Amino acid sequence: MSGFIFAAEAAEASALSFPLIPALIALPLIGALVVGLIPTARDGIHQQLAVLFSGAAGAISVWALVEFDKTDAGFQFVSQQDWVADLGIQWLAGIDGITLFLVVLTGLLFPLTMVAVNPGHDHKPYFIWLLILQSGCFGVFVALDLFMFFVFFEIVLVPMYFLIGKWGHGNAKYAANKFFLFTMAGSALMLVSIVTLVSLQARESGNAATFSVVDIAENLAIGQGTARWLFLGFALAFAVKVPIFPLHTWLPDAHTEAPTAGSVILAGVMLKLGTYGFLRFGLYLFPEASNYFAPVFLTLGVIGIVYGAVVATMQKDLKRLVAYSSVAHLGFIVLGTFSLNSQGIQGGLAQMINHGISTGALFLLVGWLYERRHTRQIAELGGIQKAAPVFAGVFTLVMLSSIGLPGLNGFVGEFLVLLGAFTAHRWWAVVATVGVILAALYLLWAYQRVFHGPTEGDNADTPDLSVWEGVVIAPLLVGIVFLGLYPKPMLERMEPAIDRLVEHVEAGVGGDFTEPVPTVGESGTFSELVETTHAEHEEHGSHSDEHGDEDHSDEEDHGDEEGGE
Amino acid sequence: MLNILAQPPTDAIPTPDVAWSGLMPLLILSGGAVLLLTIVSLAKDFIPRWFTPIYTVLIGIATGVAAIPLWLRVTDTPSAADPNNGPFATLDSSFGVDGFSVFFTMLFAAVVVLVALLANDYLRREDIDGPEFYVLMMLSASGGIVMASANDLIVMFLGLEILSIAVYVMAAMHSRRIESQEAGMKYFVLGALSSAVFLYGIALTYGATGSTNLVEIREFLSNVILLNDALLLAGFALLLVGFGFKVAAVPFHSWTPDVYQGAPTPVVGFMASAVKAAAFAGMLRVFWLTFGSYRTDWQPVIYGLAIATLLVGSFVAIVQTDVKRMLAYSSISHAGYLLVGVQAATNEGTATVLFYLAAYAFMVIGSFTVITLATGPGDAKTSLTDIAGLARTRPVLGIALTVFLLGQAGVPFTSGFFAKFYVISAAADANSYGLAIVAMLAAVVAAFLYLRIMMAIWLDGDEVADPTELAAAKAGIPVPWGAAVVLVVTVGFTLVFGLWPEPMIEMARDAVPALAIG
Repeated sequence: MSGFIFAAEAAEASALSFPLIPALIALPLIGALVVGLIPTARDGIHQQLAVLFSGAAGAISVWALVEFDKTDAGFQFVSQQDWVADLGIQWLAGIDGITLFLVVLTGLLFPLTMVAVNPGHDHKPYFIWLLILQSGCFGVFVALDLFMFFVFFEIVLVPMYFLIGKWGHGNAKYAANKFFLFTMAGSALMLVSIVTLVSLQARESGNAATFSVVDIAENLAIGQGTARWLFLGFALAFAVKVPIFPLHTWLPDAHTEAPTAGSVILAGVMLKLGTYGFLRFGLYLFPEASNYFAPVFLTLGVIGIVYGAVVATMQKDLKRLVAYSSVAHLGFIVLGTFSLNSQGIQGGLAQMINHGISTGALFLLVGWLYERRHTRQIAELGGIQKAAPVFAGVFTLVMLSSIGLPGLNGFVGEFLVLLGAFTAHRWWAVVATVGVILAALYLLWAYQRVFHGPTEGDNADTPDLSVWEGVVIAPLLVGIVFLGLYPKPMLERMEPAIDRLVEHVEAGVGGDFTEPVPTVGESGTFSELVETTHAEHEEHGSHSDEHGDEDHSDEEDHGDEEGGE
Repeated sequence: MLNILAQPPTDAIPTPDVAWSGLMPLLILSGGAVLLLTIVSLAKDFIPRWFTPIYTVLIGIATGVAAIPLWLRVTDTPSAADPNNGPFATLDSSFGVDGFSVFFTMLFAAVVVLVALLANDYLRREDIDGPEFYVLMMLSASGGIVMASANDLIVMFLGLEILSIAVYVMAAMHSRRIESQEAGMKYFVLGALSSAVFLYGIALTYGATGSTNLVEIREFLSNVILLNDALLLAGFALLLVGFGFKVAAVPFHSWTPDVYQGAPTPVVGFMASAVKAAAFAGMLRVFWLTFGSYRTDWQPVIYGLAIATLLVGSFVAIVQTDVKRMLAYSSISHAGYLLVGVQAATNEGTATVLFYLAAYAFMVIGSFTVITLATGPGDAKTSLTDIAGLARTRPVLGIALTVFLLGQAGVPFTSGFFAKFYVISAAADANSYGLAIVAMLAAVVAAFLYLRIMMAIWLDGDEVADPTELAAAKAGIPVPWGAAVVLVVTVGFTLVFGLWPEPMIEMARDAVPALAIG
C-alpha cells in the first residue's frame, strides 16, 4: 500500500485521517435518513436535501479523483475494519485505477439524475430509495472483501425493485419482479461459490478463513478444476447483471418500464456492477479459469453485440431501442475484458464509463421527450427537430457518442476493445465491428424518424430544451466531448492497475500463456503491427509487459488515423 | 435407568441428586404457569384483566434472567476457582444443562414475552380473553426447554408432549371460528400420531442399544459394532418422523398450511418460532449429539428431506393467495434451511442452526404481529387483496413487514441474510455443495413469495388513494402498545444482528451441545 502512504504524504495532514470511503458510503445513507425524517407534505425539500447529500458524496468522489496517485497500481484510500472476525469477514475497501472512474461516475450521475427528473408522486420514498441505491453502488465498487461485495451487490436490488415497481410505467410490477428474480437467481450461485471458495482456500492453504479478495487472489490454493467451477458460479451472477446474451431478457423490460431515473441509473451504473465484477472477481480471482472460458464469453459478447444491434433496429419504442443498444454496448465490454490484454481490458473499462455517460444521457433525453409527448412510440413522433431544435442538437451529439463517432467518448472504448480483441482473437473482432456499423444504422434511423420529417399534430407543440434541463445535461455533454478528445487523463489512471491485473492473469494462467499484445515499436502501419504480433505469437516468444506501456501512446495515434479515414 | 434396576432392593427408593440451580429457569416458567392457573381459579373476580399478560411477561423475563448465570457457568471452562464450570447434568443424567439448552431457554423466554405482548390485544379484540392462553403458552414453552435439555429419550418424549398438547389447545382457542377448531383438531390428530411414531422409535432404539439415556446410547454406539443394525436404523427413522412432523419437514408437512391458516395468528407466531425451535433442539440433541457416530446412516436421509422441504416449501408457496398460508409454506422452506445446517453434522453446523432459529423466531413473530394487526377482527381477512395497500394506509406496519419479508428472503443487512449465509457456509464446509446450490435456488423461488406480499402492500391498492378512505383505513388499524413493543424489538433484532451479527454468532458457537453425566 505504498501508494496510499505516498498520497497521504502529499496531501494535507487533515486529508490523511479523513475516512474517504466510509464517507462515500455513509453520506447518502445519512441523506436517506434525513429525507425520511422530513414530513411528507413538504415535497420540495426532499429533492433539495437528496441532491445535497448525493452531491456531497459526488464531491468526495471527485476529491478521490484529484487525490488519486496515478502511478500506483495498488489500492488507495484503504479502509479496513473487522466485521465478523470469527468468520474472517471484514470491512475492507479501497479504490484502484479500475474502480476510480466507476466511483466518480456513481458520484456524479446520481445527483444529476435527482435534479433532472421529477418523480411525479411520492417524492419522499423516491429520493430515499435513490440515496440508498447510490450508497449500495459505491459499496460494490470499493469492496475488497467477498462478503462485503456480495452484501452490497444484493442490496442494490431492493431500491431498484421499488423504483421500477412504484414509479415505473406500464407493466412495471412485472418488470420489477423479473429484474429482482433474475438478478437474485444469478447471485444465489455466487454466494455458494464465495463460501466454497473461502472454505476450500482456508482448508488448502492452512490459513484462517478470510474473505479478502486480495489475500485469496494472491495466494490461490485451490485446484484448477474447482477454480473453474467456482468461476462459473461468479460468472453467472455477473452475466445476469451485465447482461450477457442469452440472460439479457430482463433488461429491456426493466429499462423500458422503469422511471427515467431508474433507467439512467440502471444503464449508467448498475450494469457496470456486472462488468466490473468480471474484472475483479473473475479475472483477478480466477485467472486460469477466465482464460479457459474466455472463448465462451468472447463468443457470447460478440453475439450480444450483433443481436443487440439487430433487435434494436426492429424496435418501435424509443426507450426499448436504447435498452437494446445497451445489450450491444455491453457486449463490447465483455469482448474487451476477455481479450485478456491491456488494450482490451482498458477499452472495456473506458467503455463502461462512456456507456454510463452516453446511455445515461440518452435515457434522460428519451425521458424528457416522454414528459413532453407522453409517448415513446417512434411512429407517433416525427419532425421534433423543427419544434425543438436545441433538444434535437443535444440528442444528436449524445447519439453520435453512442454510435462511437471518433472525437467523442464512445469511440475511445470501442476502438481499444476492437484493437485488443483483434490482437487476441481476430475473427471475433471482425464480427464485432459489424456491430459498430449496425449501431450507426439503428440510431441514425431512429433519429431520422423521430426528429426529421414533417411536423404533424402535437409534435409541433413540443417545447424545446429548457435552460434548467440544459444545465443538467451539460456536464454529461462536457464529459462526452472531453473524454473523446482527450482521454489520456482517464486512461493513464487506469493503466497501472490494469497492467498489474494482466500480469496477475499471466502468472495465474501459467504455462506458455502471455498477454496477447501488439508490438508496435517499429511497425509503421496497423497491418504490420498485426503481422508482427502473430509472428511473435507463433514463436511463443515471451515479452515483458513494458510493451504495454509504450503501446498506449501509439494506439491513440492509431485511433486518430483510423478515425480520420 | 438400568443401574437402578440392577441395584439390590432396599427399603428406600433411591432418588437422584437434583441440581436445583440448573433447573431454575424451567421451574420459574412451569411453576409460574401453574401458579397463574391457581391464582385465577381462586380469585377470578379480583384479578384485573391487565394482570395476566403483565404476569406472563414478568415470568418470561424472570426465566431469561435466571438463565444468564447458568449461561455464564456452562459456557466457561472449569478452573481451580470454579470447578463446577462447564456443562453438567442432573436428575440422574437425564437432564442436561449445557450452552445449547440454556440458549434455547433464553430463546423460549423471549418468545413467551413477545407473544404474550402480542396476544394481550389480540385476545381482547377477538373477545376470547382469559388466562388460559398464557398458562398454556408458558407450559408449552417449558416443554420446549425440557426437549432442549433432555439427556434421555423418555424425558425428550415428555418435553415433546408438554410442548404439543398445550399447542393443540392453543390452536383451537378461537372457539367461535370453525377454522380454528378444524386447525386444532387436525393438528391434534396428526400430532398424536407423530408422537406415537416417535415413542415407537424410542422403543426400537432402546431395543437396539439397551438404554434410553443419551449418554449411554452414545457410549454404546461408539463402543459396540452392531452386526445387525436394522432395529437401530428403524428407530432412527421413526424418531426422525416424529421430529420431522414438528419442524414441518416435507413429507410430514401437510398439516402446516391448514393449521397456520386456521389457528389464531399469535398462536401461529408461537408455533413457527418456539415449536420449530424445540423440535430442532431435540433433533440436534438426538441425531447430531447422540447418534453422531452413525451419521453416515442418517445424513443422507436428512439431505433428502432438506431438498424436498426446500423445494416444496418454496414452489408450492408461489400459487397461494392467503398470507397466512404463504407464511406457512415459507416456514416449511425455512425448515429446509435448518435441515441443511443439521445435515452438516458439525459443531459449526449446529451453531448455524441456532443462529438461524433465533433470527427466524424474531422475524416470524414480527411478521405475524403485523398480520394480526392488519387482518383485523375475526382473523378472516387474510387474503393478499385484503392487505393490499397496507404500506400506504399504515406506513409503519408496512415498513416493519417489509423488513421481516426481506429478512426471510435473505436480503443483506438483515439477520435473515446472515442466517442463510451461515447455513450455506456450513454446508460448504461439510462438502455438501449440491445441497447448498439447491438451497440458494430455492431461496430465489421463495423470494418470489415475499415479493408478492411486498408488492401487495406497497404497489397494489392504489384505489385507496381517496383521502377520506385513507383516513378511515388508518383509523381501522390501531397499533396497541403491546404490539408496538413487539415490532420495535423484532425489527431491531432483525436489523442489528443483520448489521453486526458477531455477538449472536459467538453465542451460537458457545451454545454447542454437550452430553454430560451427573
